[in-house]
Amino acid sequence: MGLPALPRRYHPASIWLLYAVGLFPAAWTFYLGATGQLTGNPVKVFEHLLGEWALRFLILTLMISPLRDLAGINWLRYRRALGLLAFWYVVLHFSANMILDKRLAFDVIVEDITKRWFITIGMAALVMLIPLALTSNAWSIRRLGSRWTLLHRLIYPIAALGALHFCLSVKVIGPEQLVYAGLVILLIGWRLVRPRYMAWRRSRRSVNTGLAPAGPRPK
Amino acid sequence: MRLYRPAPIPGSEITPESAWIMRRDLLRLGAAGGLALAAPSLAFGATELAAKPGGYDPKEPLTPEADVTSINNFYEFGTGKADPAEKSADFKPAPWSVKVDGLVGKPAEFDLDQLMAFELEERVYRMRCVEAWSMVIPWIGFPLSALLDRVEPLGSAKYVAFETVVRPEEMPGQRGVFQPLPWPYVEGLRLDEARHPLTILSLGVYGKTLPNQNGAPVRLVVPWKYGFKGIKSIVRITLTEDEPASTWNKMAPNEYGFYANVNPEVDHPRWSQATENRIGGGGFFGSNDRPTLMFNGYGDEVASLYAGMDLKANF
Ligand code: HEM
Repeated sequence: MGLPALPRRYHPASIWLLYAVGLFPAAWTFYLGATGQLTGNPVKVFEHLLGEWALRFLILTLMISPLRDLAGINWLRYRRALGLLAFWYVVLHFSANMILDKRLAFDVIVEDITKRWFITIGMAALVMLIPLALTSNAWSIRRLGSRWTLLHRLIYPIAALGALHFCLSVKVIGPEQLVYAGLVILLIGWRLVRPRYMAWRRSRRSVNTGLAPAGPRPK
Repeated sequence: MRLYRPAPIPGSEITPESAWIMRRDLLRLGAAGGLALAAPSLAFGATELAAKPGGYDPKEPLTPEADVTSINNFYEFGTGKADPAEKSADFKPAPWSVKVDGLVGKPAEFDLDQLMAFELEERVYRMRCVEAWSMVIPWIGFPLSALLDRVEPLGSAKYVAFETVVRPEEMPGQRGVFQPLPWPYVEGLRLDEARHPLTILSLGVYGKTLPNQNGAPVRLVVPWKYGFKGIKSIVRITLTEDEPASTWNKMAPNEYGFYANVNPEVDHPRWSQATENRIGGGGFFGSNDRPTLMFNGYGDEVASLYAGMDLKANF
């Protein structure tokens, strides 16, 4: 398996392209909404779109390492961008709620966060995302060492809370919520079985050494 | 995964105000000329429908017809707001019959011709959805009390129960693995609410018979209550002694009450009901937010129905 490798010299450009493509839905929908081209309830449409892309980017971030483990595709270089896109979408989702929806009525905003617990849950996820976003740089990784890895495990509760917040925000839980929640459960579940899977794979590889290519191809 | 689609509406679908006013005048003329009684057509689904002016008009700008017929909550066709308009083409609103039974002297079935033979009025009502958005809609219909009079409710009748059609073959939301609600959709009113002059059975909107997505061929409109009380595509009306079940109340009793009167002071557990977004143009910055009115602005007419009742407990 594996994809035709992208030549190294294009890596930085491909990351910037990902940022541009990733922010496009927000920019385009903001443009449509600001120019009166969103039908129905434009603020809600925008708010929902931002929330959904936040969740999508959280899920994509969590998919990078299983993709490498299971399919041999190494897209580790895109993980930081995906995580930061998730962060920015949550920030935009929150800002759209605060500015466009609640029109900066702080009493209402505070009441929402403290009284409506699907919003409390979303807020908890946003708060946890902040240290992750602040330490998503090479300097922090060097400075924090193994504590960085520990800190960034916060992404699991964040994704779980994000999916839970989504499920609690709708009137009836339907296929869409189940797909997102299912993916998050699967991706977190994978982390639990991964050590055993990797050990099993290593043992198979050593048994198979010198024989026909039965096991997964060593990388 | 639902991917974002901007759902463009062709400009041709939006009725220019001038054309709309002209059509209203024509309708008035038609009614004056006795056209209102002209043979009702069985071809349902947005054909012209004449009605006399009903005298109800909040004098607020109408929500564009394109929005009224494309932003709908009608889970029988799917849970998305656009689903009812996009997925209701197979639905056949004619022939139709509404069975009226229960505690009545003269149980009866009304077919479309009989429903259309009631004296139809055009009434412009505010519509406040429980999800904190609202519209202003020109309905065509007749007071439910006129129909109830025909069946002669017994003295023991205290409530009126309503039921929506179940047709999985024509309603995609009613088939498949994920069924968002138990079918049939049911609703109910107290008898005095059902008999209130504001309560109508609607057969049309914007000068035409109801499109499928708006609840063809016949639906309830109770303008002082949240939109979900306005049960669509009604096949049965039953008079009862006990409070009938209502679908959303069964689903989440802490979120949706039996009464469901519009009340800015009683929040939905997950959002405030103090304000609402008036659908229709404007974009982010065209301020379409407005305070929600007690009983949706119909307090003068209906507040007496609830005299002495704790509206926070009976939400
Ligand atoms: C990781 C963080 C978050 C994620 C992944 C997320 C995601 C979502 C999603 C997917 C929806 C539903 C959209 C739809 O129905 O199509 C939603 C709704 C909502 N979110 Fe978030 N959200 C997050 C944080 C927040 C925060 C911090 C707030 C604080 C204000 C918030 C407020 C809301 C509100 C008010 C709604 C419901 C909007 C409505 O229908 O009125 N969310 N969110």
